[in-house]
Amino acid sequence: MAVKVIIPTPLRAYAGKQESVEVQAATVAEALSAVTSKFADLKKHLFSEDGRLRSFVNVYVNDEDIRYLQNDQTSVKAGDTISIVPSIAGGAC
Amino acid sequence: MSQPRVILRAGALRRIQAHGVETYPYECCGALLGKDGDGSREVIDLLPLQNRRDDSPRNRFEVTSDDVRMAEKAAREKQLELVGWYHSHPDAPARPSEYDRNHAWPWYSYVIVSVHKGVAHDTTCWRLTDDRAAYDPEPIETVEHPTSIQ
Repeated sequence: MAVKVIIPTPLRAYAGKQESVEVQAATVAEALSAVTSKFADLKKHLFSEDGRLRSFVNVYVNDEDIRYLQNDQTSVKAGDTISIVPSIAGGAC
Repeated sequence: MSQPRVILRAGALRRIQAHGVETYPYECCGALLGKDGDGSREVIDLLPLQNRRDDSPRNRFEVTSDDVRMAEKAAREKQLELVGWYHSHPDAPARPSEYDRNHAWPWYSYVIVSVHKGVAHDTTCWRLTDDRAAYDPEPIETVEHPTSIQ
């Protein structure tokens, strides 16, 4: 099923400067895997070394945060839009 | 190619410093709205935000994804881009910490103001390297009057 993945501005340089990428996927995990297979440089910014989504990477399916659905096993259907949205964190020490 | 720089309007710099003083001894945070040009970017406006780290606001800040989306919308409404973020380091240097680096995104400019005993000191700007291993300094050029990046 073709779904659209919206790439956030800070990561577009690693995705051929595209705002969105269309991939074939049945779940969020498959969609993200397809995107990072296509654009390998994205992987280190989305996933930590243990292969989990970084804590400050948020994923929405049609405006629903996947943490309130089935996380990366959330099903997607043709025409769905997956958005990768940053959260920002830091601190002095 | 010249080193990337950030053009920061003097009023914006003063507002960042004032925000850091206002929230001292806690960290402040906010969004940088501006225009990204070839080799430099200009910060034209700010969006001060609430630090969402209630548990450790003296040495941590957090901007939620909802706040990020709100900041993106605010930028679009002003026909600007969300080009980065600012935060304060209370009683600590204006240098990115390891925690800053671990949580940083590429491309964004990260402005840090150090606030010692309630008084704003140095203000610096940084950008994460492509390999996430370090931050490159982005020299800040302060201007009193608007400039224009194409």
